[in-house]
Amino acid sequence: MELTVLNNDAGAEAGGCSSSGCGSSGDQLSHLPDDIREKVHNHPCYSEEAHHHYARMHVAVAPACNIQCHYCNRKYDCANESRPGVVSELLSPDQAVRKVLAVAANIPQMTVLGIAGPGDPLANPERTFETFRQLTEKAPDIKLCVSTNGLALPAQVEELCKHNIDHVTITINTVDPEIGAKIYPWVFWNNRRIKGVKGAKILIEQQQKGLEMLTERGILVKVNSVMIPGVNDKHLEEVSKVVKEKGAFLHNVMPLIAEAEHGTFYGVMGQRGPTHDELQDLQDKCSGDMNMMRHCRQCRADAVGLLGEDRGDEFTMDKIEEMEIDYEAAMVKRKEIHLEIEANRKAQAAKSGEAFVALASLGTKKKELRPVLMAVATTGGGLINQHFGHASEFLIYEASPTDVRFISHRKVDLYCSGGDTCGDAETALQKNIRTLEGCEVVLCSKIGYEPWDMLEEAGIQPNGEHAMEPIEDAIAAVYKEMADAGQLDKPRQTAEAAQATA
Amino acid sequence: MALSIVEGCVNCWACAPVCPSDAIFEATPHFMIDAKKCTECEGDYANPQCASICPIETVILDAAGDPLNPPGSLTGIPPETMAAAMAEIQAR
Repeated sequence: MELTVLNNDAGAEAGGCSSSGCGSSGDQLSHLPDDIREKVHNHPCYSEEAHHHYARMHVAVAPACNIQCHYCNRKYDCANESRPGVVSELLSPDQAVRKVLAVAANIPQMTVLGIAGPGDPLANPERTFETFRQLTEKAPDIKLCVSTNGLALPAQVEELCKHNIDHVTITINTVDPEIGAKIYPWVFWNNRRIKGVKGAKILIEQQQKGLEMLTERGILVKVNSVMIPGVNDKHLEEVSKVVKEKGAFLHNVMPLIAEAEHGTFYGVMGQRGPTHDELQDLQDKCSGDMNMMRHCRQCRADAVGLLGEDRGDEFTMDKIEEMEIDYEAAMVKRKEIHLEIEANRKAQAAKSGEAFVALASLGTKKKELRPVLMAVATTGGGLINQHFGHASEFLIYEASPTDVRFISHRKVDLYCSGGDTCGDAETALQKNIRTLEGCEVVLCSKIGYEPWDMLEEAGIQPNGEHAMEPIEDAIAAVYKEMADAGQLDKPRQTAEAAQATA
Repeated sequence: MALSIVEGCVNCWACAPVCPSDAIFEATPHFMIDAKKCTECEGDYANPQCASICPIETVILDAAGDPLNPPGSLTGIPPETMAAAMAEIQAR
């Protein structure tokens, strides 16, 4: 994989971090004022570092939508797909509140409750705000947030502010109505269907107005954009600039999901999504302008748990009815667990200073050393603590002489589920290894002989020596080892080349 | 004079809250319109609200049984130019 953007010396040496190797990618928000950092410190969807430790959930109380997006299919009821806009069970506000209290009692890492659909929360204001009203009262320690297409946002800002909502996400795919018409065929506005460029123009105006109103009121705004090759891919850098100027503090560029079987317009028409490289390239280009979010999992509108997992099945309404929950005790427990997590985070941060000193000691060789992509298997907590065969996703980090930074996550199919599926293991494993293309190292807690050999053949070094260590420290240490062994002075040897010389 | 919802409705709920006559109700296998209550929005709005917000083509019919959102109306692409549109999109 070509890493032209990452090899950019000017970029790597800019800022105060170049000489000391002061930081991990986890502190992507370090330039923000303290009050804002405080607001996102425990929010898994807003802070890359927090997402290792804290859980969130969405409740599907908002089915109706007021616009049509070509990447969305309003037939949202699906158990097997994991993508925005899909849910298994639509909930009434009362049911949603019961579910939130049950989940927060059973997953004490939970800090955030979001409403994100399956339609648009602000196109269902009564259901959305009734849920918020009850939760503000019954679970005051849970943060509330909302994700919207923005059309009804200006009209609802005052009501949102009443509910003590710190965070709002607006999906803004374009600031150009001509491009908008290719994404949104129509919007429902002032009791009429408005089509094409005219409709897109209204949507864009409302989104921008809503963004300004929220930032004026001190509410943090994250902007989500769906990257659609050939439609808005060249334009999203401009979007990034515009929304930053208006006060958005984080930009999340997500890849289009468009499979024919999802039945969306783009899926059926054969619109492709971006490749890993195209997405990363665009994220890097936008990052010059503002904070980029790279850990988004594009979760379902009823997701439950840490970002990489979905525990929704444990909390269906029939299971919740049978649970006995002591709300007061649950809140006390959450407070204890959060204090423990914070103590761990503090200890990890203190320790990671040492690991990064090792990078700094690479000294004058820095310029010649190429960056390396490494994949990590983790179940959370910021540690390398998952068996290779149990990982349903890998976190991808880039190590360089100055920094270790989080780049993305890549989903894989479980190949090691045992029993009847074993016959298919080899093909699933091969597919997973292809998913890790471009990585040179895989860090996990353990790994079997078969995948070990296959990874080595593919030119990826498996490594289980850093089990239970903090991710970024381990990556810095492995990078240092590779540098000391002289492996980084020359371009990477590809698998094909390795076989040719063997 | 009343509209009706037919097979193909995906139960997305968009129509029910925008109906000025409270004529739309949840039912199985899909939402229904109470013909006694439906006014086709006459006197309230220029266009029937349910059909204006419905994201599925051909599932809301007028009193004569014709779809208010005929094929192509949702995407803005008439059926006869569909193949060309698909080719353009796949070249992206």
